[in-house]
Amino acid sequence: MTEPTASKKEEEVLAELDSFAELPDAPPKRKFRLSWVGYCASVVVAFWLIICLIGPSIAPFHEMDMEGDDSFLDAYTSEEGYGTFYLGTDYLGRDTLSRVLFGARNTIGISLAATLLAYLMGITLGILAAVKGGWIDMGISRVNDAILALPTIMLGLIVIAALGSSIPILIGTASVIYATSVFRIARALGQDIMVQDFVEAAQARGEGIWWIIRAEVLPNAAMPLATDFGLRLVFVVLFISSLSFLGLGVQPPASDWGSMVRENLAGLTYGSWASIWPALAIASFTIAINLIVDDISAKSGGSLAKKMV
Amino acid sequence: MMMRMVWQRIGIGLATLWVVSVIVFIATSILPGDVAQIVLGQSATPETLAALRAELGLDQPGYVRYFGWLGDMVTGDLGTSKAGGATISSLIGGRLNNTLMMASFVALVSIPISIALGLWAAMHPGTWLDRIITFGTLATISVPEFFIATIAVLILAVELHWLPSTAYMTGDETFGQLLKALAMPLITLVIVVSAQMIRMTRAGILNVMSSPYIEMAILKGVPRRRIILRHAFYNAIGPIVNVIALNLAYLVSGVVIVETIFAYPGLAKLMIDGVQTRDLPLVQACAMIFCGTYVVLILLADIGSILSNPRLRNPK
Repeated sequence: MTEPTASKKEEEVLAELDSFAELPDAPPKRKFRLSWVGYCASVVVAFWLIICLIGPSIAPFHEMDMEGDDSFLDAYTSEEGYGTFYLGTDYLGRDTLSRVLFGARNTIGISLAATLLAYLMGITLGILAAVKGGWIDMGISRVNDAILALPTIMLGLIVIAALGSSIPILIGTASVIYATSVFRIARALGQDIMVQDFVEAAQARGEGIWWIIRAEVLPNAAMPLATDFGLRLVFVVLFISSLSFLGLGVQPPASDWGSMVRENLAGLTYGSWASIWPALAIASFTIAINLIVDDISAKSGGSLAKKMV
Repeated sequence: MMMRMVWQRIGIGLATLWVVSVIVFIATSILPGDVAQIVLGQSATPETLAALRAELGLDQPGYVRYFGWLGDMVTGDLGTSKAGGATISSLIGGRLNNTLMMASFVALVSIPISIALGLWAAMHPGTWLDRIITFGTLATISVPEFFIATIAVLILAVELHWLPSTAYMTGDETFGQLLKALAMPLITLVIVVSAQMIRMTRAGILNVMSSPYIEMAILKGVPRRRIILRHAFYNAIGPIVNVIALNLAYLVSGVVIVETIFAYPGLAKLMIDGVQTRDLPLVQACAMIFCGTYVVLILLADIGSILSNPRLRNPK
């Protein structure tokens, strides 16, 4: 601890005093300094999120235009003035680049919607189970364990075979399946927080259950849940693209990264990269999210979410 | 104390299995279409439809069918396939063998590799090889299985012509031919499964490494290698056993994609075929096998971590 000297500017002194204002046993303030890997990963994620919004307007062709001269061509510029096919054409002679740009909206949009919905359900039920306890907790937890005991892809296949494949059903199925793991984490976090001294103090003060949830439980659970959100989003992206790959997800002719890999798989034997580009798009997005999550949880130490995956 | 905890886990496992059976039954009951309609196809008349429905028991209310089905299942009678008329046990038998064979090959290869690499990475954290392992496994768990399978086909089958790109089996191959046919799905699954196990082994050991008794050992001057193998490893066994069990369960269940790409005649593929032909008893039986295996493996993991904890093994 250095004495503020006269030579220091007033703001510096104030800033220094500010840091002393914390109580000695207060937890150190969390700082989010990403490493350079984290920064690069954030740029990749931001890039794809922007593509989600503007992809269709910057794509050189429409996702369903069959303007290429032939299927499975490498990159070339059309001599009849159609334009340049930067990533070549797919099995129907459509521009691969345009389909990847259009597909971002489907793949990432659907996954994001499903993950948000899963969080809404999982957190509501998880906190409820943790706070109420007793038979409510027992009942929800047992049903939850049973759904968790079903292999996700099997559950998805059964539901989609039963109800057909449409975008709302994909979102609904994925969100229910992944709400189960969110529930487990939210419940574990909630139970941890409910036995803390400050919650007991609040209860002794006579605070209502909603006040405790809003002011004590949610703020303390927010950080680990936010980290887990990234992981869960990756799982949902993989789930949706796997279903699409099996032909049960987003239906053609709409573009989706998972179904694009499947459609163009035959081209692989001729050395066409039409199925590799969408696969690389999925990989870049999911790897980038995981790198950010890794960076944050390495820095903040708390990794309950990671342990429970 | 310990036995009580073990029995408690077994009880929870049985309860979970029962709830699973209800979910599977309800989920498969909402499958659209009617097996009688599918079996009869174009030649269906209202009378033959009603007769076949009565014969198959489709006209009874849901709960009657559920308890009948549950009773048969518990006594080992899996019923007959509604589409082909063959007994489900005979349909499943060979397929289950194939999936189990694949699973045991993958387990045999991936468990030693994962534990060795995980331990090595934990012994030398921060070195360039550790970074490669950490990034490589992270990348592997982040991408879909079909990505790894596609890349494997591109490199090993298309470019190098080393291996066939499908796992077609006739049933009378020699062991060498069998290995060659299984190689592509095997490689894909080993990569997918090992990545998670390596990460968890490394994380489990590094987690134990931050406890006070390890600090004590470091201060005593015990070499790092000995600290990990003698002090840390035994306390990390619980979590590692857990990960192995989880990943093996994944092998038996999540292999749908791999079995589809390589046309491998396993149980997951049989189940998808069952879903497509709306063969309810078949889908139910497959789903129960997968879920049963999963629950049993999780149970083993739980019991394993109880038994590997001396505080629970030797109660005061």
